[in-house]
Amino acid sequence: MQRRVFVKSGALALVTMGLSPSFLRRTAFGMELPATRKGKVLICLFQRGAADALNVVVPHGERAYYAMRPTIAVPQPATGARNATIDLDGFFGLHPSLAPFKPLYDQRLLAIIHAVGSPSTTRSHFDAQDYMESGTPDDKTTTDGWLNRYLAVRGTCDECRLQDTTAGTRAAENRPAAFRAVAFAPQTPRILEGPAPTIAMNSLDEFSVRATGTQAERLEALYRTGSADIVHATGSETFDAVRMLRAANPQQYQPSNNAVYPRSPFGQRLKQIAQLIKAGVGLEIAFADVGGWDTHVNQGGATGQLAQRLDDFAQSVGALVADLGDRMADVTILSMSEFGRMVRENGNGGTDHGHAGAMFVIGGDVLGGKVHGRWPGLEPEQLYEGRDLALTTDFRAVFSEVAARHLGAQRLDVIFPGYTQGAPPGLLG
Amino acid sequence: MPITTPRPRPVCATRGALHLHITFAIALGATASLAIAGCASRSPSLHATASPLPAASDAGRDLTADQQVLQVVNRLAFGPRPGEAAAIRKMGVDRWIARQLDPSSIDDRQTDAFVARFPDYGEPIADLQRGAPEPNKVAAGRRKAANGAPMTAADSVAVRDARRAANRVVQDVQIVRVARAEMSHRELQEVMTDFWLNHFSVYDRKGGPMRYYLPSFDRDVIRPHALGKFRDLLGAVAKSPAMLFYLDNWESAADSTEPTLAPRPGGGGRQQLAGATATAAGVRPRRRESGLNENYGRELLELHTLGVDGGYTQQDVINVARALTGWSIARPEEGSGFRFRPRFHDAGEKIVLGHVLPPGRGVEDGEDVLDILARHPSTARYIARKLCQRFAGDAPSPELVARAAETFTRTDGDIRQVVWTIVTSPEFYARAAYRSKVKSPFEVVVSSLRAVDAAPDTSPRTAQIIARMGEPIFGHQAPDGYPETGESWMNTGAILNRINFGLAVAAQRVPGATLDRWPGSAALMTASRAVQVDAVVTSILGGDASPDTRTILLSGEHPLLASGDAPSGMKSSAADPGALGSAAGLQGLAQVVGLALGAPEFQRR
Repeated sequence: MQRRVFVKSGALALVTMGLSPSFLRRTAFGMELPATRKGKVLICLFQRGAADALNVVVPHGERAYYAMRPTIAVPQPATGARNATIDLDGFFGLHPSLAPFKPLYDQRLLAIIHAVGSPSTTRSHFDAQDYMESGTPDDKTTTDGWLNRYLAVRGTCDECRLQDTTAGTRAAENRPAAFRAVAFAPQTPRILEGPAPTIAMNSLDEFSVRATGTQAERLEALYRTGSADIVHATGSETFDAVRMLRAANPQQYQPSNNAVYPRSPFGQRLKQIAQLIKAGVGLEIAFADVGGWDTHVNQGGATGQLAQRLDDFAQSVGALVADLGDRMADVTILSMSEFGRMVRENGNGGTDHGHAGAMFVIGGDVLGGKVHGRWPGLEPEQLYEGRDLALTTDFRAVFSEVAARHLGAQRLDVIFPGYTQGAPPGLLG
Repeated sequence: MPITTPRPRPVCATRGALHLHITFAIALGATASLAIAGCASRSPSLHATASPLPAASDAGRDLTADQQVLQVVNRLAFGPRPGEAAAIRKMGVDRWIARQLDPSSIDDRQTDAFVARFPDYGEPIADLQRGAPEPNKVAAGRRKAANGAPMTAADSVAVRDARRAANRVVQDVQIVRVARAEMSHRELQEVMTDFWLNHFSVYDRKGGPMRYYLPSFDRDVIRPHALGKFRDLLGAVAKSPAMLFYLDNWESAADSTEPTLAPRPGGGGRQQLAGATATAAGVRPRRRESGLNENYGRELLELHTLGVDGGYTQQDVINVARALTGWSIARPEEGSGFRFRPRFHDAGEKIVLGHVLPPGRGVEDGEDVLDILARHPSTARYIARKLCQRFAGDAPSPELVARAAETFTRTDGDIRQVVWTIVTSPEFYARAAYRSKVKSPFEVVVSSLRAVDAAPDTSPRTAQIIARMGEPIFGHQAPDGYPETGESWMNTGAILNRINFGLAVAAQRVPGATLDRWPGSAALMTASRAVQVDAVVTSILGGDASPDTRTILLSGEHPLLASGDAPSGMKSSAADPGALGSAAGLQGLAQVVGLALGAPEFQRR
């Protein structure tokens, strides 16, 4: 399915996007990917703070949108205008700061789904983030995250196992790679919490023990022994991971295709995700989050506070896609935010907490070039509780489709317990 | 809209119940501040005399006397300094706790003298704003003065200096926080300050004048009430420029559909008060309207008082926000303190959690809301549970939480009484509670420095190390604060940072850290490895290391290593001041100390 999509997209445009011709050839001619390919990778990006979906993917065809946002609406598309919505399909458009996404959309690498989110009524950031990460809305008894449950039940990704490079210390047993799931965050995010081993770190640079030789061995022994509690278990994983990373030597990294990552923390984290993917350490799940979306005051329209957040977001993601080049055939990038924001702007040129939002899905498997989902409308009677964008797609439908079609997960009943799967939203081919 | 509102009842109807609390409080010798405005006059509560603490019983305590001491010094202080455990043992844990619950009885002049070296920390907000104006404003002023001409070198220097001065305001409050936790003899006061600063979390990079509000938030808002009455603390926070700015309440105003207490700016007086409901006929001005902002109202309910499952509706959020309209910040020339702005205040009737707030009132709307929230049973449970998590364990028993909540309610939110209930409980001294908490980065850094009796750091470096380890002071963007539970702090990257930090302390690469201040270190330097290990295990690991750990510390008699193949990418640099740099190969006693500080036992408290 996606192969046909790429036939349509045209070689020249892909090359200008920084996607290499080899990727194009494979996809355009429907060739099977080589058997030696690396595994599938899912990159989850969490926009914490509730991104204002209506100013991110702008319903410029809605009269009510402009009526209810007199000072912060993004202007309708206009030819040549720099600070106007970038039209996608005559009804929806991208915020102008998302200009790096337009070519991805045109090449059908980028799909958008609107009016998506959690069926929970909560407008609490922390509960809503929790639900989106646990994958069980309104159930606070879930202790693990849905990505960790995926890791625990595995997909069909046979390549996501450790190719042991440290012969002699350890048999090349068939065990999961230390870097199978990595979060670039100081703490393990809820979405990756659970029994399957994961790694959380601020940056690759700090990922080493500043001790030498015998001293490091002694430290390692300290953490390898003892009972299976948090501290000990984490310590052992740590030393596995350090050993692998040293072998991969990611410090020498240069982005491909002239990709330029912003110097922001988010941009640098995405760069390091690309490093790990290319280092071949068995990365299957990557996670990064980015804050600053809780725009209660002065969020701005085409320019301003939200526009700055989107600049960083789009430039970072754009650089990642360009840098990964033909590896994007095996990569899906999925963005999420805990909920959307009120349709009507508040008293301070901002927006208060709302309900449904929007997600971006980018990758070689994606049925891009389309805004998916049923649009519920913004007239007063169409709003959720009279104030927010109504929900038409449960976020679990999107996550399930990505887990099943991209990663090959087969136990969706375990990954999303209590969720009755309906027809998939059709974001991936 | 499926929002159900409980049957309204007037605020005064709660007086009967509140009187009951007053009676209890007086019986305990506590002062009372329970009157609900509009029903009776409000009297300020006084803390001149602290209520007496009930007698503690050591029945049912699993832990040995030595373990009890360690449990106390690890939970009610940031870990033992050399010799401290013995001193507490001598005094008796219950007496030591009771003394810590009365911090003014403890001489702390040495700490005060250290803090006095950071004048920014002690300055009133408005003075700080005068002395170190916002860099953006300095830049704008220079641009304006240049009148289109490019900025000169002198302009650039002025902007740079302004930025440095503004950064120093934040740095100073961070330095003071770390130093006090490390050196103050009012140890529980420091732990409680840490707890409440996290409970009422604010973020230094909110922008605008935020950073100028932080010293006052620490000094005037949190510290004086950290062991006081919860209502007083909540009120101080609600009126603090830091929280008013951080959660946007300072500019939240009545929606145009509601009457205001005083005429609106720009001639909206027609809608003024007198129960007048707005007509739809009025043409709204096209310029940016002022109106309601729900941000603080929601987090006040969700995070500061009731808890997210505390039983409130979206309508309660809106009405709490309406009641708090007009709670704002005075301009710098007016002193930058709390300011109630009648023109912003929504004077309509509101119903909050079933209580009717009558129309036509002003600042007392918000005071009533804080009264209602501070005395709500959900608040008692929520605060009690969070304190139990901090002191007793990540998953406190429902019985302990219930007893702590009962104390909270009975004493009208007397924080020191609630803490006393928790830390004299059998659960606190249960075997399962011993070393059951994983230290936060702040705790691991401060406890390490205390363990070697390091001198307090006068530079921002220690605070930067804590930030790098994942817990920057005033650096949590969301209003929920850092987690109180351990598993979120324990992951691979964190372990590495902790191990490296232990090595850096032992290598004296952290300011103030030296083994020379450690009692007996001179004699130990030349002692046998076994003697060194015993001393380190006793002093740093509380005499209690697993056989595995002890074996590791003991093994290998000879000094280790010149610096060798240290992996790259770990240099400390100006761009990344929290990085620790490569530790040279440690030897002898320093090596034992470095390994001990990185050991699993030291990551727990």
